[in-house]
Amino acid sequence: MRFLLVEDSDELARAVASRLAMEGHGVDHAPTLADARHFLETVPYDLILLDISLPDGDGRDFLVRERAARRDTPVIMMTASASVSDRVSTLDQGADDYITKPFDFAELQARCRAVLRRRDGAIDSRRHFAGFVFDSLAATLTVAGEVRELRARELRLLEILLSRPGQAYSKAHLIDRLFSFDEEVSDNAIEVYVGRLRRKLEGSGARLETLRGVGYRLIPE
Amino acid sequence: MMALTRLLDPSRTVSLRRRLVWQFLTLSALLVIGLFVTVGWVADRASRASQDAVLGAAVTAIAEGIRSVDEGLELELPYATFSMLGAMGEERVFYAMTVGGRMLTGYDDLPQPARQPDDMQPVFWNADYRGADLRLAAVMRQMLVDNRSEPVLVSLGQTRLGQAAIARETARSAAWAALAFLVLALPVALLAAQAVLSPIRSLAEVVGRRGPRDLRPVRHHTPKELAPLLRALNGLIGRLRAALDLAETFIFEAAHRIRTPLSLVRTEAELALSETTDPATRLRLRRMVRAIGESSRSANQILDHAMVLYRTDQFAAASLDMSALVKAVVRAIRPLADMRDIRIVERGTDLPCPIEGDERMLEIALRNILDNAVKYAAPDGLIEVELTRSDGFAAVAVLDDGRGLSDDPATLAGRFRRGANVGDTSGSGLGLTIVTEVASAHRGRFALSNRKTEGTCALLKLPLR
Repeated sequence: MRFLLVEDSDELARAVASRLAMEGHGVDHAPTLADARHFLETVPYDLILLDISLPDGDGRDFLVRERAARRDTPVIMMTASASVSDRVSTLDQGADDYITKPFDFAELQARCRAVLRRRDGAIDSRRHFAGFVFDSLAATLTVAGEVRELRARELRLLEILLSRPGQAYSKAHLIDRLFSFDEEVSDNAIEVYVGRLRRKLEGSGARLETLRGVGYRLIPE
Repeated sequence: MMALTRLLDPSRTVSLRRRLVWQFLTLSALLVIGLFVTVGWVADRASRASQDAVLGAAVTAIAEGIRSVDEGLELELPYATFSMLGAMGEERVFYAMTVGGRMLTGYDDLPQPARQPDDMQPVFWNADYRGADLRLAAVMRQMLVDNRSEPVLVSLGQTRLGQAAIARETARSAAWAALAFLVLALPVALLAAQAVLSPIRSLAEVVGRRGPRDLRPVRHHTPKELAPLLRALNGLIGRLRAALDLAETFIFEAAHRIRTPLSLVRTEAELALSETTDPATRLRLRRMVRAIGESSRSANQILDHAMVLYRTDQFAAASLDMSALVKAVVRAIRPLADMRDIRIVERGTDLPCPIEGDERMLEIALRNILDNAVKYAAPDGLIEVELTRSDGFAAVAVLDDGRGLSDDPATLAGRFRRGANVGDTSGSGLGLTIVTEVASAHRGRFALSNRKTEGTCALLKLPLR
């Protein structure tokens, strides 16, 4: 997916972008609304992450103009003020969702997914690997014509493993990306989800392999 | 502090009503005394005037009854005159007649007039005679005695015993009448004081009936005299409100200022975490990220709380659809639940559910209830959100399958109170306070209870429109 991040704090933008890149998304950073306009004219985006207070204007006004021009790229507002009036008004103005700074990356990820899922149809979110088709927005795994539903963490796990097939991911890394930091989890918690995903992948021609002392990886059989 | 207590002690404070009644009574008493004196004086004057008229007529009649004869003078006493004098009551009458200074007839010790009359025009005076208060009148007539013109002085006196008694009696009855008026006036005075003071009491009632957070200016119809008091009261309310507004603005601003750097710290920490493999460093970074999460959640809740208090102050209910609101809040919270593989099932939100309320306050309340449910639900758990209508109430029940409550639900509603079994789950303890405050602002109820099976039931009831 290609994201446009409109955020005036360079440090924050860099951090968000590198985190999203880790999820396999392409991120362009626009520090001002003018830059954002420029980017939008040249590249189609799947999602815009829009800050409210920007040096050359209010993100909400930008959003209103976008919607008035019938451009309906999904928008998630990032607000630092978190007052309810702000949140309600951003939704009224056509935002698809909002997230309050400082945010949990897992939450941002979850919200992005929810927004993209709602816009399903416009985006081809299917991915072929070995003998299965994975649809990240529909949260399904199709193996030999059989559609298997994935629960949120199974889906996240498969997404991470599929972003670089063959690469081994450590338990710790997977835990960081699967669980919110507000949850207290043990390193073994990941095994539950690995087990579940293995069952769903049965007969798909792909194998979720355990590398003792290293982690997990996904490889074709 | 002592001075204030003394001031507020009802036995020491001045009663306006008592003061008004006392002033009224004192004034009335002065009026009664004044009336007694005045009536006595007027009655005395009146009786004196009538006595003088009779005495004057009588002394003139006696003087006219004197005739010069060859042997000297002849006096013919006019009996009609004396009977007229007698008619004035049990008075005694004295007379004397002198010719050229020599006593001719009558009481020779009768007091002489202070000023000699020089014709038939009577001269009046008072004197003390034989132990009685006497009113006297005298006239002078020139008569021929032995071919000489001699002045003949006729004096006539009458006691004033009866007259004075009548005057006193008149004054006394006037005083009694005034006293009766005074007695009758007492309840009237009480009523008048009551009527004068009743606007003060009604103003006090209007102010007293207000809720602790109601800081609207008092718009009460008061008499002109109370207007300065009302102005001062509204001025005070205004200043109080400005101070509160300032505090709220400050909270908003502070939360905003804290949040942006926090979000950078959090992001950097998360990135550092993803780049580190050393277990000790990872543990530290995780703790750091958790602490940031906790502080930002607390900031959010403090903000929510400030918002709820602010909107309670100027509570303006509008009609809204509870079903739509529940749906919207569930939609917003669903990604968070998804992250933990928690399913949310929604029931009863297909039909509109009209209520009167403040949408933003209710949104805050529902979000806090659902946040709690997501936080405390079991891993891979299920949250049921059920909207029902019964007994004039719309009830939103949020059921989770988590660890339930270990404490008395009533104590959990207190500010910054958290249950004993929350373990490592982060929270500020403000959430339930916020929900309880929103419920009471809507004349609704909020209750937390343990489910029969595992988990907690949060029930928010609001009056239906």
